[in-house]
Amino acid sequence: MRVDLEGITKSFGSLLANDLVSLTVNPGEIHCILGENGAGKSTLMNVLFGMIEPDAGEIRVDGKPVRFTSPREAIASGIGMVHQHFMLVPVFTVAENAVLGFEPVKKRVLLDRALSRRKVLELSEAYGLAVDPDAIVGDLPIGMQQRVEILKALGHDARLLILDEPTAVLTLQETEALFKIMRSLADSGRSIMFITHKLKEVAAVADRVTVLRRGRVAGQGDPKTLTERELASMIVGRDVQLDVDWGKPKPSRAVLSVRDLTVYDERGALAVDRLNLEVRAGEIVSIAGVDGNGQTELVRSLVGLLPPHSGSIELDGKPVAGASPRKMIELGVGHIPEDRQVDGLVLPMSIAENLVLDLYSRKPFATGWRRDLRAIEENAERLVEEFDIRTQSVNAPVANLSGGNQQKVVVARELSRELVLLVASQPTRGLDVGSIEYIHRRIVAARDAGVAVLLVSAELDEVLSLGDRVAVMHRGKIVDVVNPDVGRDHIGLLMTGVQPSAAENSRTDSRPGSGATERLRELEWRGGGDD
Amino acid sequence: MSGTGDVAWTGGVSDTGAKLIATSTVTPTVISMTRIRGLGVVSLLLTAIAAPIFGFGQPASARVIFTFGSAQSIALPQLALPVRWFSLSMAVVMLLAGVVLLLTQTRRGAYGVFAAAVVAFLWSFLAWAARGNSLNLTSVLASSLVASIPLIFGSMSGILCERSGVINIAIEGQFLAGAFMGAMIGSWTQNLWLGLLAGAVVGALIGLLLAFLSLRYAVDQIIVGVVLVALATGLTNYLTNQLLNPFQGTLNSPSTFPALPIPILDKIPVVGPVLFDQNIFVYLAVVLVVAIDIALFRARWGLRVRSVGEHPEASQSVGISVVRTRYRSVVLGGAVAGVGGVAFTLGSVGEFSVGMSAGLGFVALAVMIFGRWRPYSAFLAALLFGFSDALQSILAVLNVPIPSPFLIMAPYLVTIGVVAGLVGRAVPPGADGKPFLQQSKG
Amino acid sequence: MTERIVGPELELVSDSETGGKKGVGLSPSGLLRSLNSSFAYGRPWAITLLAIVTALIAGAVLLTVTTPATLQAWGSFFSNPIGALSATWFLVGDVYRDIFTGSIVDPPALFQAITTGQGWVAVLTPLSETLTQATPLIIAGLAVAVGFQSGVFNIGAQGQIIAGAICASYAGWAIQLPSPIHLALTVAAGLAGGAIAGFIPGILKAKTGAHEVIVTIMLNYVILNFLLYLLTNRPFRQPGQSNAISRPVDASAQLPHLLGSALPANLGIVLALVAAYLVSWFMKRSTLGFSFLIMGANPTAGRTAGIDSKRVTVLVMVISGALAGLAGMVILSGSTLMLTSGFGGNVGFDAITVALLGRNRPLGVVLAALLFGALDVGGRAMEAATGVPVDLISVIQAIIVLLVAAPALVREIYRLKATSLRSVELGTRGWGA
Repeated sequence: MRVDLEGITKSFGSLLANDLVSLTVNPGEIHCILGENGAGKSTLMNVLFGMIEPDAGEIRVDGKPVRFTSPREAIASGIGMVHQHFMLVPVFTVAENAVLGFEPVKKRVLLDRALSRRKVLELSEAYGLAVDPDAIVGDLPIGMQQRVEILKALGHDARLLILDEPTAVLTLQETEALFKIMRSLADSGRSIMFITHKLKEVAAVADRVTVLRRGRVAGQGDPKTLTERELASMIVGRDVQLDVDWGKPKPSRAVLSVRDLTVYDERGALAVDRLNLEVRAGEIVSIAGVDGNGQTELVRSLVGLLPPHSGSIELDGKPVAGASPRKMIELGVGHIPEDRQVDGLVLPMSIAENLVLDLYSRKPFATGWRRDLRAIEENAERLVEEFDIRTQSVNAPVANLSGGNQQKVVVARELSRELVLLVASQPTRGLDVGSIEYIHRRIVAARDAGVAVLLVSAELDEVLSLGDRVAVMHRGKIVDVVNPDVGRDHIGLLMTGVQPSAAENSRTDSRPGSGATERLRELEWRGGGDD
Repeated sequence: MSGTGDVAWTGGVSDTGAKLIATSTVTPTVISMTRIRGLGVVSLLLTAIAAPIFGFGQPASARVIFTFGSAQSIALPQLALPVRWFSLSMAVVMLLAGVVLLLTQTRRGAYGVFAAAVVAFLWSFLAWAARGNSLNLTSVLASSLVASIPLIFGSMSGILCERSGVINIAIEGQFLAGAFMGAMIGSWTQNLWLGLLAGAVVGALIGLLLAFLSLRYAVDQIIVGVVLVALATGLTNYLTNQLLNPFQGTLNSPSTFPALPIPILDKIPVVGPVLFDQNIFVYLAVVLVVAIDIALFRARWGLRVRSVGEHPEASQSVGISVVRTRYRSVVLGGAVAGVGGVAFTLGSVGEFSVGMSAGLGFVALAVMIFGRWRPYSAFLAALLFGFSDALQSILAVLNVPIPSPFLIMAPYLVTIGVVAGLVGRAVPPGADGKPFLQQSKG
Repeated sequence: MTERIVGPELELVSDSETGGKKGVGLSPSGLLRSLNSSFAYGRPWAITLLAIVTALIAGAVLLTVTTPATLQAWGSFFSNPIGALSATWFLVGDVYRDIFTGSIVDPPALFQAITTGQGWVAVLTPLSETLTQATPLIIAGLAVAVGFQSGVFNIGAQGQIIAGAICASYAGWAIQLPSPIHLALTVAAGLAGGAIAGFIPGILKAKTGAHEVIVTIMLNYVILNFLLYLLTNRPFRQPGQSNAISRPVDASAQLPHLLGSALPANLGIVLALVAAYLVSWFMKRSTLGFSFLIMGANPTAGRTAGIDSKRVTVLVMVISGALAGLAGMVILSGSTLMLTSGFGGNVGFDAITVALLGRNRPLGVVLAALLFGALDVGGRAMEAATGVPVDLISVIQAIIVLLVAAPALVREIYRLKATSLRSVELGTRGWGA
């Protein structure tokens, strides 16, 4: 199917999310849309899928102009979308999700479950995407949920498949498997629009690439002739330095030692499995791993939000496992949470108040019961200045700030007190290049001041650039701790749980422990069995 | 999880996945074992109360007579039981249940076992309370069912609304409005069916208002609900004093729906009089439970309603209109609650009096939660509440030395116990109570 | 929504429009945030005023269509349109005039008092009654508002009022002490009674996750029935009385009248204003109050910042309950002196509407309570004078709050310029935690 987008324009308030975007996807082509977060990729796809009506511009399907007012019309025209946040109902079965909106019925109103199941089975056979039609989607691992999304789109007979950041949640191997599926779909004549912000994936799979920057097309071309550096500069609009040298660390005493830590997540599933880790003062240990391998729970248990099931956490030699968040803050543990708007900030409160969110009851911000508003404001003025937070007033609600400035508020607050350990979780997620660089600099400065830093990030570049040592996490365990210059491939392989040196051997052999108990453990991990 | 093809691992739930699940949770498979042990301890406590007081505490000569009489049905012989031995055998059931709950390794059926202990306790309590007297079991069951009727309608209304993602806390208001309109229109037109229809319509209108404010203006649903209850209470109070009382004869004297015995079936002992010799509301309630269960879980309509209540964005992405679906469910739910309200006036009392629903609209919400947003479970929960209500009048007749305010308190205390303990963290539909804004894609 | 966004403007778009998706948008957003946004959208006073006017108009319409005389006049509208209009005009005019003169002041009487210097008691009686009526509404409204601001929906004020009054009543007649000490003890007893009644749903929510809306509603019935039990049994039951009525509190435990014994205004109104000031100070300036506000606006961020959310939930309910208990004490020691089966009337539920109308700010609550108090007092005068049931007032009050809760609706009715069609002014948190 050939799809032309011409002059698509869409604004939200004063922001132009898409500004005269034009591109063409040819039949059988994998067309990659590349751009930073906020470049307007998702807006464009939502326009194409009928979720958003554009202010101006035209969409042509096989040459015919179309107007979609709802996703249903887009689906009817042969467009299918695999959303970044899956559009699957977790409590429904695979079959129910696959047919939702287009359900086969019997006796006019009753669901025809047998037919739904059969449809799913036929589809999964036809495309080699094995799934159990009766499984509850919420119980399935992410990679499998993604398959259901793809099957759902194919079930609606999609001839153009939009994949919105499909690799963000996948392992390298799952990503490769996905690329194979994409290629075979393209070979069968379907068109694919593949959205990503990862440069390396473009070369791996795309036939053509369109780069978006600030809502506009910044460049188009053949990925085979474009270098990574050229693409990168198209993305950010200037030459970028891909690597920064942060200087040598001077590690001293061990500040954080974690031994045999086991943590179950809120749903009661095993998330961190007998994990061992040490972070010394004056070094950054970064944790590499695909999202969902227990990083979140590890961080939450280190800062006291999730009591561990067993094992020990020692801070400067003192056992602190199971201590409350308050206690951890008092012991000098700083925490940059992974989602600032959920965990880090109270959006309607002022910048000044957010800057003392975890310190408000202490001197000098309070004497006894009484909060000292002047001290709070002075503190805010100082930090706003020091951390270059762009605002007109420290009394403005923090909600008024941009993402980068909001994150600076969090970082400023956490670094504004005496720290022993800084736990930074996805500290630059969704930020612009300038803010990223600034926050990196502050984290390194904290390291150089003798703070032990544990950095968790889904961005391999960030992990490698900042980490003095890289601990690779897989299925709740640290698989290995390596030097960042062992190379991306090596670390990438570790992230799938395989020891490169032992890659020839079977997978289970490379893991500590073995036998029946190990197998049970495997089954227990996040409630899912291994196959 | 076999046959998953070439993807290496199947265990992980990613960060986004975890959030997805946290917000739009899977049916709660994780009932904590501690809670089950807790139920076991409660069962043993019940044993400890029942065995000494209702059992050993009774002289061997004390008898209780259970009768099964009813005018229509075929008579069964009455049953005279020694209180001590009957209670003790019930205590054995409680004891066994407690032991099972304390030792079990699986979570399956735990609630069923606990329910058996509770029922056994209630039986021994009844036997004790009625010692030296006779107790007509058929009428106990019949009055339980009748007492549970508003709760059935109310909880079905709640299920319809909340399955689509809108919290309907205005059920109490819909009860009052339905009861009022039913009485007034039924009396004015001298046509009970028109009264029933008017009750449904006014309930639906309140539902429409709830939907309008919460869907169009995204006003907090609980707050709208509470205010709508205040509005309905104020309006019915005002209109009662302004119109019904001065014109009692024309506006507030409807008759009531007569009992409609179903031929032959009503002759079945016990079951017959309980189930097949009732008025229209009982039949309607039972039909409604079955119909809603089919509609929600077997029909296309219900799949869409539930998808909207669990994950509206997903529904929207396949072209289901979230807002329209919610409007429909909430209006329908309102009509159901309105009919439940009519049951107060045209079902039994035959006239409207101010505040006559007495908070049952809120109890119905507890019933819905107890029933975990499922029609059949909510139906059983409603029966349990109805029984505790019926118990109160029986005990009053039997002269049990418990002051009546405490008996009246019982259902409310049970409700607190239910929401606090037994159900644990019952998991509502994923998007329950959350506003959905259609043009919201950034 | 599908990707992180950079840039100040778009960030705002994502904040205000993405809704509950990430838990920080519109849905569970908590009160402070919504309150601030309501002020950001501007003109809350205009909205409130328009809501009141609209509700009065709606009340007039309701009155017209439910009064047989005017209905008949309208029935012959085409033959006698003037008759229909004037009948309506006089009915509505009478009713609203009686509400005003019954609750604020009667202008002719005032004029006469000024010219003759006589009859000041009669002139001041309506206002004094309004103050007395508003007193428990202010305190109970504060109770609900504290909960709202902290993310807890306390519908249990009614029960907590009764619980406070039960304890205050016991302290008021069972103990003999000199006046100021006895009164202070009675106040303390009222606070304690309410606090206990608030503690139960608080601890249940903290420990088991039981939703406070259900638990507090159920407790209302439990406590009411407990009161009924007490009223018919020793030691509360008044000796020699066949009615269900308690002993009266001693004179030493009564709130002294402020303007002479002929006028009902008593020390309670001072207590209420002090309570409003303290609540305002507590939420704005104290550390504990700040933690309440954080938990109300974003509980996840609060927990991450080291706030013990369960402790806050319990404390919020205890403080809210204690305030409601104080309201009960004020009703008892200031007005009724005895407990009856109908004690507290509807104050606990009106408190919710008062809190909503006052946008959960102490000053707003005071003003809203004065308005509602005036309407209640005026309504009774109206009923006595015209025979129109006082329940008309509760209809008007409900409409006011409904409109205040949906400002966008008011804007649309009056074609005001709206910044956003959808705005959440007040929020609870669904059934979830």
